[in-house]
Amino acid sequence: MKRETASQTAGPYVHIGLAPEAAGFDIFENNFGPVLVSAETRGERIRIEGRVFDGIGTVLKDVLIEIWQANAAGRYAHPGDRQPGKPLDPHFRGWGRACTDFESGVYAFETVKPGAVEGRNGRTMAPHVNAWIVARGINVGLNTRIYFSDEAAANATDPVINLIEWEARRKTLVAERLDAKAANGAAVYRFDIRLQGDDETVFFDV
Amino acid sequence: MMELQREPRPDAEFLMRDTTSHPLALTPAYKTSVLRSPKLALISLQQSLSEVTAPVFTADELGEDDNDLILNYAKGGLPIGERIVVHGHVHDQLGRPMKNALVEVWQCNASGRYRHKRDQYIGALDPNFGGCGRMLTDADGYYAFRTIKPGPYPWRNRVNDWRPAHIHYAISGDGWVQRLVTQMYFEGDPLIRSCPILGVVPSEEQIRGLIALQDSAAFVQLDSRAYRFDIVLRGQRATLFENHVQKAAA
Repeated sequence: MKRETASQTAGPYVHIGLAPEAAGFDIFENNFGPVLVSAETRGERIRIEGRVFDGIGTVLKDVLIEIWQANAAGRYAHPGDRQPGKPLDPHFRGWGRACTDFESGVYAFETVKPGAVEGRNGRTMAPHVNAWIVARGINVGLNTRIYFSDEAAANATDPVINLIEWEARRKTLVAERLDAKAANGAAVYRFDIRLQGDDETVFFDV
Repeated sequence: MMELQREPRPDAEFLMRDTTSHPLALTPAYKTSVLRSPKLALISLQQSLSEVTAPVFTADELGEDDNDLILNYAKGGLPIGERIVVHGHVHDQLGRPMKNALVEVWQCNASGRYRHKRDQYIGALDPNFGGCGRMLTDADGYYAFRTIKPGPYPWRNRVNDWRPAHIHYAISGDGWVQRLVTQMYFEGDPLIRSCPILGVVPSEEQIRGLIALQDSAAFVQLDSRAYRFDIVLRGQRATLFENHVQKAAA
């Protein structure tokens, strides 16, 4: 069996390849970005935003985050998902990428709230978004999950959250639903990521 | 009453990641990793649909010149530097060709300068070179792109650290867990041995895996040299006999 190719940091100029407009130039006709929805997408519009902190609380401004999620019905747009009774949404792929802003450090995704997805052994996973984080200084991309604060009951029985032995750490995976809505009417969730130190975000070995 | 039930999903898991193939998170010789490395252990997950699925990309999302870095930013002239073709295959660990994998690449120009608003290096920008490209692998997992050989450049780690010439890669496969970023280096570059970033890779074998070999069979006569760089993603296996006994609802 072969070894997986070694991971290397995405470096400080990751934007050139993955988000050239953020690097400061226009090259591709079609850019992959942080807006996962179109007018026709089904589901509750949400905005997930936050910042990324290093081990001494510095806001990082050179991070790239990708997300992958099920649609509002809880179905992934991938042939491997054959959950019965959950329709695909032709207007939703469920994948996007965002950069933290060079000034504020804020990243933001415009998406829909995902439905619950069947997990292993028939146990339902609470609605969640998968996130992958790369940046200068990160040697291997970090995997985490974004759950939702208004899904307390579902989160309480989620098989992945419950794997985390240290209950105090579980809250690092829960995005907080804010009272104020976004300008476009979307519900806003805040999800900050702490790479190291107090309240270090739970990262997964998947 | 007990019944034997075949676990319905996922039916094709990925092999557990061999962490000895990869750098550790904390690698003090690469200073930026010190405050950006999680200190706590990763939580190990058995895969679910969330991990074994991934976005599917289609050719119509990409432009015709997206994999031609010599032409995709040319503004009435050609970029300066050594013309090269870089090509190879993407397989999984079990040798399965990874078809339709999205391969995204980025690099500096022949002077060692990135087209990025944060790069202050004195090396000149090339008005005809953007420095990024992307493509999908074909049914055999094959990819190819044309570019200018990137130059080495100094970077702020220690005061005289230099990056060997390299091209950044991001690869998206069939499952979310296969997502990989890495860097490709060039055979014979004397800076390879002293690079703190390449130095975090834990074995000679894995370092060799990041070094593209010159491939004279693929040279374009009177035009371009060629380098071959093959990539291995996490292996995917069919689940064979993972039945489990489950209590049926009363």
